[in-house]
Amino acid sequence: MKRARAPLFLERRSYRRRRLGDAARLLPVFGVILILLPLMWSPDATGAARLTAWEGVYLFAVWGALIVVAAILSRALAANDAATSDWDG
Amino acid sequence: MPFNLLVLFCFAYVALLFGVAFFAERRAAIGKARWLRSPLIYTLSLSIYCTAWTFYGAVGSAARSGLEYLTIYLGPTLVFVGWWVLLRKLVRIGRQNQVTSIADLISSRYGKSNLLGAMVTMLAVMAATPYIALQLQSVTLSFGVFASQTPEVWGQATGAWVAGGLAVFTIIFGTRKLDAREQHHGIVTAIAVEAVVKLLALLAVGAFVVWGLAGGVAAVLDRIGTSPLAEWELQPGRWTGLIMASAMAVICLPRMFHVLVVENTDEAQLGPASWAFPAYLFAMSLFIVPIAVIGTDRMPPGANPDLFVLTLPLAEGQGALALLAFLGGFSSATSMVIVETIALATMVSNHMVVPLWLRLAPARAQPGDVRRLVLLSRRLAIMGVLALGYGYYRLSGGSSALAAMGLIAFVGVAQFMPVILGGIFWRGATRTGAALGLLTGGAVWVWALFLPSFGSVMPPEVMAAGPWGIGWLRPQALLGTAGMDPMVHALFWSLALNTGAFCLGSLLTFPGPVERMQGAAFVHVFDTGAVGPRAWGQGRADAEALLILAQRILGDDDALQLFEAEARAQGRTGYLPDPTPEVFARVERHLAGSIGAAAAHAMIADLTGRATVTVDDLMAMANETAAIIENQARLEAQQEELTRTARALRDANEKLTQLSVQKDAFLSQVSHELRTPMTSIRAFSDILAEGDVPPEMVAQSGRVIHEETIRLTRLLDDLLDLSVLEAGTVQLNLSQSNLSGLIDRALVAAGQVQPDRRFVITRDLASEQIFVRSDADRLVQVFINLIANARKYCDAAAPELRVMVRQRGGRVMVDFIDNGRGIAKEAQGLIFEKFARLTDQTRAGGAGLGLAICREVMANLGGAISYLPGQGGAAFRVVLPLRIDRMAAE
Amino acid sequence: MTGRVLLIEDEPNIAEALRFILQRDGWEVGLHTDGATALAEIMRQGPDVVVLDLMLPGASGLDILMGLRADPATAGLPVLMLTAKGQDRDRAAAEAAGVTRFMTKPFANAEIVAALRAMARP
Repeated sequence: MKRARAPLFLERRSYRRRRLGDAARLLPVFGVILILLPLMWSPDATGAARLTAWEGVYLFAVWGALIVVAAILSRALAANDAATSDWDG
Repeated sequence: MPFNLLVLFCFAYVALLFGVAFFAERRAAIGKARWLRSPLIYTLSLSIYCTAWTFYGAVGSAARSGLEYLTIYLGPTLVFVGWWVLLRKLVRIGRQNQVTSIADLISSRYGKSNLLGAMVTMLAVMAATPYIALQLQSVTLSFGVFASQTPEVWGQATGAWVAGGLAVFTIIFGTRKLDAREQHHGIVTAIAVEAVVKLLALLAVGAFVVWGLAGGVAAVLDRIGTSPLAEWELQPGRWTGLIMASAMAVICLPRMFHVLVVENTDEAQLGPASWAFPAYLFAMSLFIVPIAVIGTDRMPPGANPDLFVLTLPLAEGQGALALLAFLGGFSSATSMVIVETIALATMVSNHMVVPLWLRLAPARAQPGDVRRLVLLSRRLAIMGVLALGYGYYRLSGGSSALAAMGLIAFVGVAQFMPVILGGIFWRGATRTGAALGLLTGGAVWVWALFLPSFGSVMPPEVMAAGPWGIGWLRPQALLGTAGMDPMVHALFWSLALNTGAFCLGSLLTFPGPVERMQGAAFVHVFDTGAVGPRAWGQGRADAEALLILAQRILGDDDALQLFEAEARAQGRTGYLPDPTPEVFARVERHLAGSIGAAAAHAMIADLTGRATVTVDDLMAMANETAAIIENQARLEAQQEELTRTARALRDANEKLTQLSVQKDAFLSQVSHELRTPMTSIRAFSDILAEGDVPPEMVAQSGRVIHEETIRLTRLLDDLLDLSVLEAGTVQLNLSQSNLSGLIDRALVAAGQVQPDRRFVITRDLASEQIFVRSDADRLVQVFINLIANARKYCDAAAPELRVMVRQRGGRVMVDFIDNGRGIAKEAQGLIFEKFARLTDQTRAGGAGLGLAICREVMANLGGAISYLPGQGGAAFRVVLPLRIDRMAAE
Repeated sequence: MTGRVLLIEDEPNIAEALRFILQRDGWEVGLHTDGATALAEIMRQGPDVVVLDLMLPGASGLDILMGLRADPATAGLPVLMLTAKGQDRDRAAAEAAGVTRFMTKPFANAEIVAALRAMARP
């Protein structure tokens, strides 16, 4: 089945909206990379003793950042949704 | 704290939850529960992800393996912040298809296949068993902490008590009704309360540990550095594996799918939940490490770290805090078990019991029979699932760490993921592929993780050397991969083989028409231009048969409401819409919301006697779709409008023709009805006038003349009454009266019609205790008419009349249903017309004005009277407002 | 002269009045109230004259009349049809079906007695 023919160029607002959707799609990818980052850290750095605590702080910081960005994005998407009704998949 | 007081406290807490659930259902029933649609309640209900495993087990897990516990919360966080990709689509599909469970989603996507539904159900029940056991174990352990002074009192029996109590609560709130969509407002609200309690409890304990015991954040960070926990090393395999498993589980766990998709009341809830739910998890995880570190520090060496949340405050003499912690743990365990059992019970009843029953006993069709079966089987399934969990708990000895038990379930349900992802992103996924994938993945999971978890079930030599000495089949070293962590090993092999079998099976097989249609509908769910799934040909079965089927599943009331709405959408009155394919599709979707897509599809296919769509139909539909896209929706809407108008016109024309014929007939009838009594009067008065008549003949003549005069008067009265009513100039005597009393009066008065016929009258007196403000005499007049008609025309050998009263909003419905032959469909539209006695020759006394008068009376009372089709006899419904509006009355 | 008359009439009061006036006039009167079995009853009793109501339960008087005329044994049987509808259409239909006399209710007793006497006289 053919998809509905989409226009080639979009007006400004729809364009912004699509890029917001892209950002929402990219967010978990960044999240995965940041959360898997500790895998690359070598345990024998300065002192193994302090590492666990700071690893924890790092993970919670990443986590908090993801939450904040997700909140901003979901608000922006919801506001956009109210303004324009076209909803792409 | 005395143990008995604790038990009392528990009861009080449960009673509070009961109260909350009841209140919420009440409010929702009268449509005053807007807060149920708020993202806050949705997010809080999602928090059943945090079970007793989080509440107790996370600290234990942190004490044993450092930051690894975070993986369980980071996985879901990634899924939720990425909601735009997956969750949004899942929720849209779930709402559009009225999905009732994860098994229903998979079955529905792959051609409404019942086989897949049953497979998913079985796997889900197996995976849930250790998970429920985990909850029972944690509650038992936490009771044990308090009962240590009196160890003999509860002991092992606690688990059984908790399981029993949960079964009762769940049955009461989870299976009270069979909703169109399986939504349970009471339970969702109770869970939201529990979510707040468990978060507050954990935060309170955490705050006490950090600022009360350790002396601030910096001190805690120092303590972590010097504690045994710091020696933890991140294991790459487990780190990635657990994040993956938990990310899948947050979608695939039956209870999570239930709150995420099935209980979703508004798609707009998902956006806020995408950050609020990760924030909840963040808060829940924040104090886990400090509690673990300080606990390991302060508690005696042998103490179970799984219980630090409880034992640490207790050891520090903080009784109240310990009690709060106890309630938090209790909340986590109970909310998980309640939702899990409801989700599983829905799956068991829809995908195992109903299909089996449809195959074995299809003949006895009664209104509501399927509905009763479904509710009963759900109740039994709830008890069954809890019994399994309890059995696992006893069998596994209640000794393993909480986290290990939870992970077994995670890996089990993760087997659904390839099939779901394939189903909603890849149109090429087929039923055979899905079945192969689930079978392979499930088998590997059972062999490599589930069975070994029992300890005693797998003999040690099988674990060490493989079955029959086949080394590459060793449960924890498949194909010689001996170096892996058992959990990662099971996750890797089960998902790899599952995905492989799924893809290969899909590539090699050809999907059936329903599968292809569903596949397209799922994958392109956001393409608004696409036509919805249309699975039925034109006019294969009549609307009344469909109505009877719907009544079996939804019950009389809801089914009639649905059909009335459908009929109204077509611009018709009454309860029977034209049986267009669209009506069939919508009714099917509605039924699917109660009994699942597969069973609903099978029942309608049985009714139409045809295997739904063919590949040719699909091709035709695809062409049609392309054409519609070219011309855009406006044309379609116009055509729709035109068809509707044409249908309305045709109906109106038919009615007009009938009316003009009836106008003629009316005059002829009036003439006939007037001349007949006049004939008797004239004949007898002639006889009297001629004289020379025997005395008994004189007496008889007098009596007949008297009778016939009365008959004439009554006829004229009726005609006048009707004309006044039709003109709307009638005087109403409004008063407040009890409906039950009015029905009593009508029954007594109508009893004089054919008094020798013995009628069984069935009433529900309790439901009749409604006070209505209306014209009592007029209302009784209508009731008498209906009862008298039943007495005259009901042709059953043992005649029976049911009177049913229901209140819906500001309206009262009174149904009169007899068990006779009913009224033929062609005649149903005519019976309310004047002199429309059905067969012209039937002379049963009245002049044929009764129902016409009833209709006019009800119109004047601000209500209506209509014929109810599909009740197995003649059935009339009188609808009247609770309070008649003064303005309308005058 | 008078003979046997069969009344086919479902209104009990009208039937009673007819029976009384006809008996007083010397007729032997039979009564039947059901339309569906009326034809068989006429065959069984073999009356000299039939008084037939137009609207009967089970079958219309018109059908019965056509049944009578179709059977050679009763094709000549005098039939007086009564109707309370009194529309010309009905009279035309009855005459087309071969009715002997057609009367509209209400009727005068003397009129009906005279009509029957006239019809019975061959």
